[in-house]
Amino acid sequence: MNDKARQNIHEYLAEFEDIPGTRVYTAARARKGYWINQFAMSLMKPENRERFKADERAYLDEWKISEEAKEALLARDYNRLLDLGGNVYFLSKLFSSDGLPFAEAVSTMTDMTWPEYRQMMLDGGRSPQGNRSIKGGY
Amino acid sequence: MARITAGVGSSHVPLLGVAVDQGKWQDDYFGPIFKGYEWTREWEAREKPDVVILVYNDHASAFDANIIPTFAIGCGEHYKSADEGWGPRPVPDVEGHADLAWHIAQSLILDDFDMTIINEMDVDHGLTVPLSMMFGQPEKWPCKVVPLAVNVVTYPVPSGNRCWALGEAIARAVESFPEDLNVQIWGTGGMSHQLQGPRAGLLNREWDNRFLDMLEADNDDVRHIPHIEYLRETGSEGIEMVMWLIMRGALGRKVKRLNRHYHIPCSNTAIGHIVLAPE
Repeated sequence: MNDKARQNIHEYLAEFEDIPGTRVYTAARARKGYWINQFAMSLMKPENRERFKADERAYLDEWKISEEAKEALLARDYNRLLDLGGNVYFLSKLFSSDGLPFAEAVSTMTDMTWPEYRQMMLDGGRSPQGNRSIKGGY
Repeated sequence: MARITAGVGSSHVPLLGVAVDQGKWQDDYFGPIFKGYEWTREWEAREKPDVVILVYNDHASAFDANIIPTFAIGCGEHYKSADEGWGPRPVPDVEGHADLAWHIAQSLILDDFDMTIINEMDVDHGLTVPLSMMFGQPEKWPCKVVPLAVNVVTYPVPSGNRCWALGEAIARAVESFPEDLNVQIWGTGGMSHQLQGPRAGLLNREWDNRFLDMLEADNDDVRHIPHIEYLRETGSEGIEMVMWLIMRGALGRKVKRLNRHYHIPCSNTAIGHIVLAPE
């Protein structure tokens, strides 16, 4: 593989910030959101779900999570949680604890209501046109 | 001698598992999707593979944020269906093929692929949904499975080029296993979908079909698609398609397409599958 042109890591990572409405789960985000994601993962155990539901704030206080992230978790503000390093596969443990279907939870991150989002998917989904690059606008 | 007789690429959307488990596969929403898999289900019933090497990704089920293996191979005797928050799927336990899996793991390491070895784990929809799509609802899965889990969540994920090369190395490993086994390799995940942020819901029929065309081609151009292209064109979770390249790499230069199907939508996702045989 020595003949392969080596990817410049800084260029590689910089391109990720050029995608509209998207938070690529980079190592930097994974580091930042580590305890958010580990908290979410803990909800896979029924006894933890029970304790969380009984007193969400008290359960969150057991984790090394910033106040800002705790507030975002309590508010189910998923876009903010993505900014704070949450990852959707981990956050989905919170969706299911809330009894929320995956797609409905995903729709809360868009500017659409759940029925509008559902209809967009039935109509063929969101077009990539104009959604590929912030700088390029294509 | 063991041999790889076919490769399958397929989506593994969790909602398809729900459709099977709740008997909804013939309704208006799911009917066209399951119809697309009909030929493949009948073909699998005729082919009767002894083992499937099933390339998939774990969705924060067996692995948490602590340990992130890039390529991990399941070398255990059996695997249970994971509880992903709704209780485990009511599907049979997955039987491993520990002899073949350990042989592949050792061969890959000697071939410069530094694999992570897993003895015990639960397997989530990434692995059980493709089994349901190919085999329906049997009391026992009709083949053994070697799970091969790929990190496609935390960046950098492996390049398409590396995935293709891993497929080639898997083919060499299988060929050097002395037992006479009919082995298939499946690459799963995709196709275009984005599950997060304001751009969620992005689908790209044109790009997905171009990708399927490239898999059928007599060249390896598809291995050179960079991550940024998957991300821009197919959504943040479309990157799962690099796992199809492990399957494709294992089939050699020339392949024959046996089946291909594409449908939009299933939940947030474009559904596709392709069946290829080495030539």
